[in-house]
Amino acid sequence: MGLQAYLTLAAALFSIGLFGVTTRRNTIGILLGIELMLNAVNINLVAFSRFHGSATGMVFTVFAICITVAEAAMGLAIVILLFRKRRTVQADHLDLLRG
Amino acid sequence: MTAESLAFYGVSIVLTGSALAVVLSKNLFHAVLWLALTLTGTAGVFLLLDAEFLAAVQLLLYAGGIITIVVFAIVVTERLVGQRLSQTNRGVAAGAGVSLALLGLVLSTIGDQPLATIKPAMAFDVTRAIGENVLGEFVLAFELLAVLMLAALVGAIYFARPED
Repeated sequence: MGLQAYLTLAAALFSIGLFGVTTRRNTIGILLGIELMLNAVNINLVAFSRFHGSATGMVFTVFAICITVAEAAMGLAIVILLFRKRRTVQADHLDLLRG
Repeated sequence: MTAESLAFYGVSIVLTGSALAVVLSKNLFHAVLWLALTLTGTAGVFLLLDAEFLAAVQLLLYAGGIITIVVFAIVVTERLVGQRLSQTNRGVAAGAGVSLALLGLVLSTIGDQPLATIKPAMAFDVTRAIGENVLGEFVLAFELLAVLMLAALVGAIYFARPED
């Protein structure tokens, strides 16, 4: 399979994740969409790295995976804290800062 | 059709199908389980790209770690059991339009580029190369990442601590 096939697959996954981020009401659902988008980027990095014949892209993927884990832990902690304070995790109810 | 392209098409179908299920499923808990399938499929893509180490990391950290903490968060915050609440906001049409427009833009861009069609022969041992790079050229970023992980985890514990 050529590089184009992998890039197409990653683009499809990224678009699906973007759709999830823009349409989900639940904050955890939005986080799931973000995970999908980050995953698509990782596929791109590994594919470019493999076809370029250099390991740098794979190292970036290791970093990206670690940062995603930190992001998920932080995001879910914020969600739990929000639920404790506001008793809701629906993103359109959390509009306290709207002017 | 070679075994590799058969495997690629199989994994692609599983990936796009389960990713669609993640964003469309009505029940958030089912969405997380579909996400687990998506992340496992991504590990399959990494295997197709000869990155065994990354496939293992993907399974351990994502399918093992992230899914578990997301399930915890859902269980803790799920309050409206039995109440049918719409899972999507009013922007479904706009969201689909933006996503499809982005997909079309990216596909038309990569369609124009002269991209490699054959994989070059493997020039290095992936696991060894990643290790040498992480502790060589990228050692500063690696140490910063360690501090970042520690800060994120301490922060998460601080936020989620029981109120006294």
